Amino acid sequence: MEPRHTISVWVDNTPGVLSRVTGLFSGRGFNIESLCVAETVDPEVSRITIISTGDEQITEQIIKQLHKLINVVKVVDLSEVEHVEREMALVTVKAEDKSRAEVLRIADIFRCRVVDVSPHTYTLEVTGNHEKIGAVLTLLKNHGILDEVRTGTLAIQRPKKD
Amino acid sequence: MKKMTGAQIFLECLKREEVKHVFGYPGGVVLDIYDELTRHPEIRHILVRHEQAAAHAADGYARASSKVGVALVTSGPGATNTVTGIASAYMDSIPIVVFTGQVPTALIGNDAFQEVDIVGITRPCTKHNYLVKDINQLAYTIHEAFHIARSGRPGPVLVDLPKDVIQARTVPEFPKEIKIRSYQPTYHANPRQVKRALEMILTAKKPVLYTGGGIILSNAAEELRVFAEALQIPVTSTLMGLGGFPGDSPLWMGMLGMHGTYCANMAVSEADVLIAVGARFDDRITGKLSEFAPHAKIIHIDIDPSSISKNVVVDIPIVGDCKDALHQLYDLLQDKPPKDWAAVHAQWLDTVQDWEKKHPLTYTWSDTVIKPQYVVEKLYELTKGDAYITTEVGQNQMWAAQFYKFKRPRQLMTSGGLGVMGYGFPAAMGVQMAKPGATVIDIAGDGSIQMNIQELITVVENELPVKIAILNNSFLGMVRQWQQLFYEKRYSSTPMRAPDFVKLAEAYGAVGLRATKPEEVVPVIQQALDTPQPVIMDFRVEPEECVMPMVPAGKAMHEMLLA
Repeated sequence: MEPRHTISVWVDNTPGVLSRVTGLFSGRGFNIESLCVAETVDPEVSRITIISTGDEQITEQIIKQLHKLINVVKVVDLSEVEHVEREMALVTVKAEDKSRAEVLRIADIFRCRVVDVSPHTYTLEVTGNHEKIGAVLTLLKNHGILDEVRTGTLAIQRPKKD
Repeated sequence: MKKMTGAQIFLECLKREEVKHVFGYPGGVVLDIYDELTRHPEIRHILVRHEQAAAHAADGYARASSKVGVALVTSGPGATNTVTGIASAYMDSIPIVVFTGQVPTALIGNDAFQEVDIVGITRPCTKHNYLVKDINQLAYTIHEAFHIARSGRPGPVLVDLPKDVIQARTVPEFPKEIKIRSYQPTYHANPRQVKRALEMILTAKKPVLYTGGGIILSNAAEELRVFAEALQIPVTSTLMGLGGFPGDSPLWMGMLGMHGTYCANMAVSEADVLIAVGARFDDRITGKLSEFAPHAKIIHIDIDPSSISKNVVVDIPIVGDCKDALHQLYDLLQDKPPKDWAAVHAQWLDTVQDWEKKHPLTYTWSDTVIKPQYVVEKLYELTKGDAYITTEVGQNQMWAAQFYKFKRPRQLMTSGGLGVMGYGFPAAMGVQMAKPGATVIDIAGDGSIQMNIQELITVVENELPVKIAILNNSFLGMVRQWQQLFYEKRYSSTPMRAPDFVKLAEAYGAVGLRATKPEEVVPVIQQALDTPQPVIMDFRVEPEECVMPMVPAGKAMHEMLLA
């Protein structure tokens, strides 16, 4: 598999910017595995986290091409530095008499929060890196996932420790 | 200051940008702008007959004048018709600003009459584009558009103007300077990289300068000449770079690439150091990528970082303006002890010259049929190599590139990247507008001239004495050439009947001339050059002539077909 890159992009918070970014990826044949975007504390700037795959040359092109967009303020390849990644999922899982306790046990082991309860279901909030969420979902699948949604990965650079 | 309408602000901005000519076509949503134009005699509007031509004309105007070209069209089809012209300017990095009308903001998204999301459509083929929704943003946006179009790696910018914004009133604020925090092109090349590059160049035994349109865009032709001559380095260029180095210099090897000279392609294949300046290693240049310049260390100077190491991995990247980088290289060279570089590179220059002698650009002469190359040669001679040349796309373009020896920058306008048939004629209108009194010739084919032939009436009406030289072979020649060489002569949809171009010219009020025999070529050209009106020259040329040399697609550069 091609290496996975986590790219942080700071952009002007103006209409149409997201389509400039995604259009660049589709137009030039770059991959997007996931994409998250929201305003930063500076309301004029939004921050996009893109997970993309590709070799070194492709990643270099992605970053250069992103820089070329007039509305892009800054681009950082977080894969190059120490960083933390998090993703969130909301999962509604079947929880009948027998399995109710088991689902809760899984939720507990993975530190999920129960955000909704019905007589036959639990809705869980899971936070963690991409792999952890994958692991939880695999376990819950045995009990029957009725609905699920994931955010895509967010990432932030770790501050220098010294 | 008193309140102004959007239309008034628009024209005031054009005035402040020193725009003298606008190519355009009116329509419903831009009526107010056209009305306001009547009060601005200092801005001349040239009414084209198809909006595509407005964009190409603005492009030709920009190339010839080094200013930003301007097009103005209405919404919907007016806007979509400019897309080809915008995309061509984008590929060739030509600074134009295209203003499109848009339906009123309240109707946007409503599928209103003549509504189209032109900002969405042109996003991938503009350097940047805008939809102005607030009249208070109008003045700033227009000036920002011009700033972006002309700075850094230039390119087209589109500004979409809804009708209600054009009609609204405000007290405008005209910006004194444009500052965009997320857009600061690097002009000054990193001196450390320049130093490394010079060291590499000075130790080279077989150096080659490979230059592109960047030389012309950054007005670096003089710096290039001085540097190449100082170190006695042979020069080749891309189609876009022609004119960036004098075509009559002994160091000039001709164009490289698919239809480049034997000499230039061999030199690049044998070079030990390749200095790429303002060029982008396009597939028509490199041929088979893995065998491109196999022995060379590569230095790449370009203002656009994304051009560097995009196709070919380079050894020394230099991000910056070509002019600045070449200037620095030359200055650094002055600090070195003087050396007789002609002697150092004597052996290499001899080799290059041998290649040149062995396979010069040539063609087989005929006493009975006009050879298209002969027409271009005579155009060159009779204009003393001084004319502005535009081309269409295909064989005509390649013969123009091969046989017209361009001696100065901005002398050739051709749709290099996108390869637009129908570019040359409207571009020639733009050039003629920028250079009144100069000889402007569109070298065309019988296929491509028909793609914007409607502009004949525009040049007649505006008294633009553009000359069109049609190399008429009754074929879509370049496609036919591929069928001839690689598809066993199955001429699928390439033979084509053309109209009577002489009568056509006359119908439009232009002058039509025809040559069917070689001896008629010179008199026809001479008569055309002596005619103060627009002229079509219909040269009936050898139908099955091929552009040679040719590197077949996917082959290495040294694997040229020579005849």
